[in-house]
Amino acid sequence: MRENEILLKEQLNDVVVKFVLYKPLVAQSAKAGQFVILRGAENGERVPVTLVDWDAKKGTITVIIQSIGKSTFMFNSFKQGDLFLNVLGPLGTPVDIQNYGTVAVVGGGVGIAEVYPIAKALKAAGNKVISILGARTKELVILEEEMKGVSDITLPCTDDGSYGQKGMVTDVLKGIVTAGEKINAGFVIGPIPMMKFTSKLMVELGVEPYASLNPIMLDGTGMCGCCRVSVEGKVRFACVDGPMFPARTIDFDELIRRTSEYKGEEKQAVQEYEKDHKCKIGLH
Amino acid sequence: MPNPSAPRNNGRQQDPAVRRRNFEEVAQTFTHEEAVAEADRCLHCPTHPCQNACPVGVHIPDFIALIKAGDVGAAASEIMKTSLLPAICGRVCPQEKHCEGHCVLKAKFGAVNIGGLERYAADTARAQGALKPPVPAADTGKKVVCIGSGPSSLACAAELRRAGHDVTVLEALHAYGGVLRYGIPSFRLPREVINKEVQTVQAMGVKFKTDVLVGATLKVDELLKEYDAVYIGSGAGLPTMLGIPGENGVGVYSANEFLTRINLMQAYKFPQTDTPIKAGKHVIVLGGGNSAMDAARCAMRLGPESVTIAYRRSREEMPARAAEVEHAQEEGIEFEYLVTPKEILQDEKGHVTGIHFTRNELGAPDEKGRRRPVEIPGSDFVQPADTVITAIGQRPNPTITKTTAGLQTTERGVIALNDKGETSLPGVYAGGDIIRGGATVLLAMNDGIAAAGRINEYLKGK
Repeated sequence: MRENEILLKEQLNDVVVKFVLYKPLVAQSAKAGQFVILRGAENGERVPVTLVDWDAKKGTITVIIQSIGKSTFMFNSFKQGDLFLNVLGPLGTPVDIQNYGTVAVVGGGVGIAEVYPIAKALKAAGNKVISILGARTKELVILEEEMKGVSDITLPCTDDGSYGQKGMVTDVLKGIVTAGEKINAGFVIGPIPMMKFTSKLMVELGVEPYASLNPIMLDGTGMCGCCRVSVEGKVRFACVDGPMFPARTIDFDELIRRTSEYKGEEKQAVQEYEKDHKCKIGLH
Repeated sequence: MPNPSAPRNNGRQQDPAVRRRNFEEVAQTFTHEEAVAEADRCLHCPTHPCQNACPVGVHIPDFIALIKAGDVGAAASEIMKTSLLPAICGRVCPQEKHCEGHCVLKAKFGAVNIGGLERYAADTARAQGALKPPVPAADTGKKVVCIGSGPSSLACAAELRRAGHDVTVLEALHAYGGVLRYGIPSFRLPREVINKEVQTVQAMGVKFKTDVLVGATLKVDELLKEYDAVYIGSGAGLPTMLGIPGENGVGVYSANEFLTRINLMQAYKFPQTDTPIKAGKHVIVLGGGNSAMDAARCAMRLGPESVTIAYRRSREEMPARAAEVEHAQEEGIEFEYLVTPKEILQDEKGHVTGIHFTRNELGAPDEKGRRRPVEIPGSDFVQPADTVITAIGQRPNPTITKTTAGLQTTERGVIALNDKGETSLPGVYAGGDIIRGGATVLLAMNDGIAAAGRINEYLKGK
């Protein structure tokens, strides 16, 4: 086995892929809430990706990647036996795992995978874990079995009602609390608007919210300052101070603006990549 | 006979009108004839004030004599007796402060262009295959690890290997060189020069590894189990922010981010490379140090209509090297002195539209003797901008200090050294920005070389 080698690739749905990589140094010290920086090619971007699982004995780490931009399309075209060019980690501050009592763990889309290790650690710490898995439609609900394995209650929901409860994660959360469940803390990972509204609702429902932020990063090690976010009116750096922050005072709107900065360039890169991709296919 | 009264040759440079839009190197290496003529100006003073003023003690008159004699390989070897990164030093060392600042010809005819000659010796010897890394001493059986691959760690690693130790360099990023690679632009230090200098250190037998962030991937106490000594050259950390409204606006970069995108990630080649960058039409850089100059000159090369450096004091107090300021001015960068940013203005989408400044006058000197800027009431004005780059300094990197029990730091957060240059942990040494907070490449290299000497002594006793 070679360092950074893809030992297992599993397509979870059309756009989401699970990779198990050989990376003993990361596997031996990873903790819930941390991430790695991946690079796939020379001239490639440095892409932060949440650590979903790890096995110190086998020296493996698991990441789950959704195809969004050029880099993630490229990653998800890798095959078993291929190597990632660079894997750096574990990065970021681990989530403060303690016995909060009852916790809500909320994942949206690929965020379900990212919140899984937190649910697992919270369960091991003795919490009653209620997991809410939200997605647009049935095919996008991932890791349900794994989540069930580490949760007391698992509640999938879809926007179109094709699986689980019809509605958004906020509807489900409201339903449980209205039904009398006392939740002490909530951990949310997903699209920024989903984290924004879920955190806001949690505050209203008396649940202390935490959200894991995904600003643009470069080095990911606390050097460049690109990933700054506003929490409690102060500048914080997601790569070292986070990525999980107390969510009451996160400026989510600023985060949405800052993560949209290169939308045009991302589109251009994807178009060029697809053009190149099709050309190559055409040659065969 | 020496020819000291010939005018100093400052070396050829790319035409400013052309170079302001490309990333090719500004300064050009001397030809053989130019080098010999410049070498011929050296008086070979027996007291060699230049060499005395060099922090790493390069044998300056000796290597210049070898250039004059036409033996460029021997000249390079002479430099490498005390400095194993001559092609880097010749380019980025502030010679006017050190060797050239003490040249006896300085006042009357202009100092010998020692930096130009050092660079000539390194580049030419390398091109001719005559640059020979020193042969390491016999293996000592001792293992040392150097954290980071910036100038401080590289210099330390090379010297430790020369002394016969088994040396490993651990780098967090995907490429070697530290600040040389992510901070210094290619038009001052071509990437190929960094690659070649690293290859020379590799050829000496130093092992290198990327993707290891010490403090996260491995802890210092784990390293101490595997190695006999540890050198921490992990460099600077996060940028200092201004603490004014709007600094998280879209289009506000720290100099660290802006320079890392361009230098490490090669964003100026997008979409050939995958990391993008934007400059817009009008760029304002806040700060007056070398990073501000580098950021402004990089920004100019992305093609905006204007680049302005805004500094709160006057030209006289500006910390950047004089040569960098001149280069920036030649390239059409404008300077706005004695201004303080109050707010970075944004449109409804959060995108930067300009900066609200106030004008200052100079007041009483501060503790460093620099005159303090004092705001002039009612002097507010707005300067439009699409991109703002903050270059007001950075904090020490806390990744290692936070995760290493017993490693003492000062109140500024840098690793504390005792009067013998040792950290509070036996076998752990440190140098460069992690002990200084922010300094030059040369001082960082010098720290690495000095620490290598201390580590040698320490290992003899083990």
